[in-house]
Amino acid sequence: MKDWRYWLAEQRGTLLAVGIFVVMFIIYASNHPAGLTANVVQTASNKGVLLAFVAMAQTLVVITAGIDLSVGMIFILTNCLASWLVLGTPMETAFGVVAVLLTGAICGAVNGAIVIYGRLQPIVATIATGAVYFGIALLLRPFPGGSVNEDLADALTGRLFGVIPSSLVALLVVVLVIWVPFSRSVLGRAAYAAGSSETAAYMSGVPIRRAKFAAYTLAGLLAAIGGLFLTFFTYTGEAAYASGNAYTLFSIAAVVLGGVSLFGGRGSAIGAIFGALAFRTIGDLLFVFDFDPLWQPLFQGVVLLIAVSLGAFALFRVRNRLEWFG
Amino acid sequence: MSATTTTGRFAGRMPKFIRRADPAVATSFACIILLLFLGSLYSSSFLSPEYLLQQLKVASFLGVIATGMMIVILLGQIDLSVPWVVAVGAMMACAAAAYGPVGVFLAIPFGILCGVLIGLVNGIGVAYLRIPSMIITLATNAVAQGLMVVYTGGFSPQDSAPAAVRYLATGFTIPGVPNAVVIWALIGAATVFVLTRTSFGRAVYGIGNRERAAYLSGIDTRRIVLIAFAVSGGLSAFGGVLLAGYASKAAQSMGDAYLLPAIAAVVLGGTSILGGRGSYLGTVAGVILITLLQSILSVMQMPEAGRQIIYGIVIVAMLLLYGRSPASR
Amino acid sequence: MDGAVPLFRMEGISKRYGGVRALEKAELSVRPGSIHAILGENGAGKSTLIKIMAGVVAPDEGRMTMQGREVSFASPAAANQAGIVCIFQELSLIPELSVADNIVISDPPKRFGMIDRKAQRRIAEDALTRAGAGDIHPSALVKDLPLSRRQMVEIAKALARKPRILILDEATSALTATDVSKIFGVLKRLRAEGLALLYISHRMNEIAELADECTVFRNGRNVATYTAGTKSDTEVVEMMIGREYSHVFPPKPKLGGTDKTPVLECKNLCWTDRLNDISLSVRPGEVVGLGGLDGQGQRELLLAFFGVLRGLSGQVLIDGKAVSIASPAAARKDGIGMALIPEDRKTEGLMLPMTVRENLSFSALDRLSKGGIIDRAAEQRHIDDMIKLLAIKTAGLDIPVGALSGGNQQKVVIAKWLMRGPRIILLNDPTRGIDVGTKQELYQLLRKLADAGAAILFYSTDYDELIGCCDRVLVLYDGAVKRELVGAEITERALIASALNIHGGEAGLRQGAVA
Repeated sequence: MKDWRYWLAEQRGTLLAVGIFVVMFIIYASNHPAGLTANVVQTASNKGVLLAFVAMAQTLVVITAGIDLSVGMIFILTNCLASWLVLGTPMETAFGVVAVLLTGAICGAVNGAIVIYGRLQPIVATIATGAVYFGIALLLRPFPGGSVNEDLADALTGRLFGVIPSSLVALLVVVLVIWVPFSRSVLGRAAYAAGSSETAAYMSGVPIRRAKFAAYTLAGLLAAIGGLFLTFFTYTGEAAYASGNAYTLFSIAAVVLGGVSLFGGRGSAIGAIFGALAFRTIGDLLFVFDFDPLWQPLFQGVVLLIAVSLGAFALFRVRNRLEWFG
Repeated sequence: MSATTTTGRFAGRMPKFIRRADPAVATSFACIILLLFLGSLYSSSFLSPEYLLQQLKVASFLGVIATGMMIVILLGQIDLSVPWVVAVGAMMACAAAAYGPVGVFLAIPFGILCGVLIGLVNGIGVAYLRIPSMIITLATNAVAQGLMVVYTGGFSPQDSAPAAVRYLATGFTIPGVPNAVVIWALIGAATVFVLTRTSFGRAVYGIGNRERAAYLSGIDTRRIVLIAFAVSGGLSAFGGVLLAGYASKAAQSMGDAYLLPAIAAVVLGGTSILGGRGSYLGTVAGVILITLLQSILSVMQMPEAGRQIIYGIVIVAMLLLYGRSPASR
Repeated sequence: MDGAVPLFRMEGISKRYGGVRALEKAELSVRPGSIHAILGENGAGKSTLIKIMAGVVAPDEGRMTMQGREVSFASPAAANQAGIVCIFQELSLIPELSVADNIVISDPPKRFGMIDRKAQRRIAEDALTRAGAGDIHPSALVKDLPLSRRQMVEIAKALARKPRILILDEATSALTATDVSKIFGVLKRLRAEGLALLYISHRMNEIAELADECTVFRNGRNVATYTAGTKSDTEVVEMMIGREYSHVFPPKPKLGGTDKTPVLECKNLCWTDRLNDISLSVRPGEVVGLGGLDGQGQRELLLAFFGVLRGLSGQVLIDGKAVSIASPAAARKDGIGMALIPEDRKTEGLMLPMTVRENLSFSALDRLSKGGIIDRAAEQRHIDDMIKLLAIKTAGLDIPVGALSGGNQQKVVIAKWLMRGPRIILLNDPTRGIDVGTKQELYQLLRKLADAGAAILFYSTDYDELIGCCDRVLVLYDGAVKRELVGAEITERALIASALNIHGGEAGLRQGAVA
């Protein structure tokens, strides 16, 4: 086989996600009453980018064969925190941004520490820490409120050169600054290795614990970036339990759509980003086709159900039933 | 040789729940006593029979839901569709009651049936399509939520719980013992029997320990998994029905507060989240422990935020005490 | 050679797992530029020894020195740093990563803090060529490679780490004959380059060809070290088992009963590229062996009968009637009455954390229960019968089956199926990793079951067993039956010849080619 075919095989999940997104977006844009204007793109990307950040966070953990059911709560917590801190002079705002990101990273690190050094199952551990993070968010914002440095918010949610949504640019920057170095670093490879086969990784002398810890910590950081952007879009902080849960759920949907294996070891954050954008676009299709918004949760649920069931088609290729059991 | 088999037989005569008891169950019960002690320092009413009975009644709703969760966790799976299955059970029972006397009569079975149906979808996804349970149950949870949002128009439904449902949750058939507690006791007894005395129960433990070996032993593992998820769905929905009776009506996000407690109760009771190991006695302990903790926090007028934080920390702390996986080396 | 300073020395190494003694004051010294073979039965302590050397487990006591300096390894990485690299049996490859990723996994080349993919590719290609596996593409994912290719990647990976001591633990077991000869060439070259090689294998012919020195382990101790070629195979085997080597097989009955209808029969059975047009029949009272090199379709054939494989073509007949068996649950049903003793008792035969009782009755629960409720008295009765029949040694019925010795675990696997009184018994290499005593008991048991009318299809990787136990042996090669050996035709020579698919059986065979 030629090199490019190996590359293609490796990127299949990601490319599929890109494909789904492109198709969905074309349907969306071509049926949008306003057509494909810069405004439509800006609104769509602002909504999509939020989920994209949270989905990236989820990807990092899922690659290590873990799961982070607290990403949505970290997202909410950092939103509440940002509505207190990202204010005032540029200096103060910068401090606030750093503090918010640091908080997210700490939340992720706590998850990582509990899962790796405490040896707890990620599902239970992160549900429990999620409760804690939500509790803190509720302490910060018992009622929706607060505000944010609007100049910064407008700059990051507006358009560059009048066309390009700056939130997309921000997403790109985050990918280049966090994901690309991570995925090409020794730790990143170790994260993949640990997710694919922990025994083999251990036997090969791979730094499993450090890699997982880095993955969880970076996941917290990425969720915090998401929380920060949520504040930029809404100008407020709100400890919304349902919203936190929804983001956790959607992040998993995005990861699945993005071709990231939930069993660990395979997939990329790029795929998850397109999975997130596709998922958002699918949800918004309803508006374009003028359905009652009441149907949206059901529609998203059904899309999710179908998306996760699609993977089952690989089952029919299994000739040895023992492979069912991994 | 004969001596060893004799000890084997002797151990075999001991009740299973004693043999299966492990440090986790003991720790849970110790924590319950500790909580009661701490509570009694705060207010003497903590040790009054009325308070304890009231706690047991509140615990029984969680207990019913946690029972289904436990069976699924024993298989090495998880059921994250609890929140909206609880709501579906409650809403559908109330909805059925609106259809005249037949509806009232069928309210409870109909609510449970809806839960069983969602459970069947979960079970088909996990057993036949081999979708990770965490994912498929999240998806069905989303679908159930979507259905209920469409059905209710996004508001809590106006139908109130029928009298029978209210009686089931709050009435007394046996004087002094709330019906809800009786129901939990019955379900619990049935579960203990099924898990320890039936081939289904053995198969559940077998699959949880090593599905491949169970399959090669000639067990129809897919059917067992399917049934377990259906039972879990049914019990969650039944829990919802009882909750609707307790609160006199169903509400939009009434199930949200039951997912984490249900998982926590099962796991705190010493059931391995990886499956194959655990006893119902432990789950009972876990349920009571969680309920007491919630109650004490609310008696102390802890705000919701503080409750969530303490709650999460307690669960992590207790799991760190005894719920850890073995060290790799 | 005698004058060479030991590169690595282990003295007084002991290791216990729970109450079980795995190593007791073991000694070993390894010299540069030589190949040192380690021999011993399974459970003799070889693998523990290697794991300690490779930093996978820590010894309870004893000291290790490298060129005279005391060392200890906290992890495989630490052992690698010191130049000790171990090739485990396809344990250490990461399936979702590419071949190149795997080869450089423990120390990837870096540029600006990130992995330098071009350099990685170069290293991988170089290592693959050195291992004689230049045909493997560095970008291929490991999980897409067949087992034998993976093993070559494993070897390339070890070489890329520039080891001073290379440990090969049964590294050739999954390889094809061509690969084995390539690897031998590589190993000899490495020896000439001054590496110390530690070679663990059950294949006496490989050891005879490669080793300079041999150490025999028994019961966790090193019982003898000798220069290769100074001991005969029989002497070596005696050192390994520590007693007189005698024929331990029960007498075979005279051939007969060919008039009986076969219980199990298949015609033109095909499955993917692993089973090619297999036809065979097993009559009641017969023990039929499956021979051939490992991985020629024997395991798949047993799984096919047991209803595990999908997409079979051809016919399976029970009592002369065509049937379609779609699951183990169907295979064990009354009309068929089939049982399979699977390949890996720890993951396929038993639920290790569950009790002996639960494991024993697990396959027969449908028989032992009414309306789904287990009849505990009946269960107890049957379990007692089985414990007696197979002489299972256990400290109780309610201890985890994982606490039993390997031999007793295997007895539990067999007992759990015998509890159903099967008519057809398929065995997939049932004596692997169990002690000699238990093996003998199993041979007796097989014959007893056959005499009682069971039809037995028995796959073994141990040719001695096939010779000793079977009435007929079907030798598989490349998924097809190449030869059927009946009665006195079943000899080592014939088995090996047909296993290698050599006609006649004279050409190119080394003496003592069977362990």
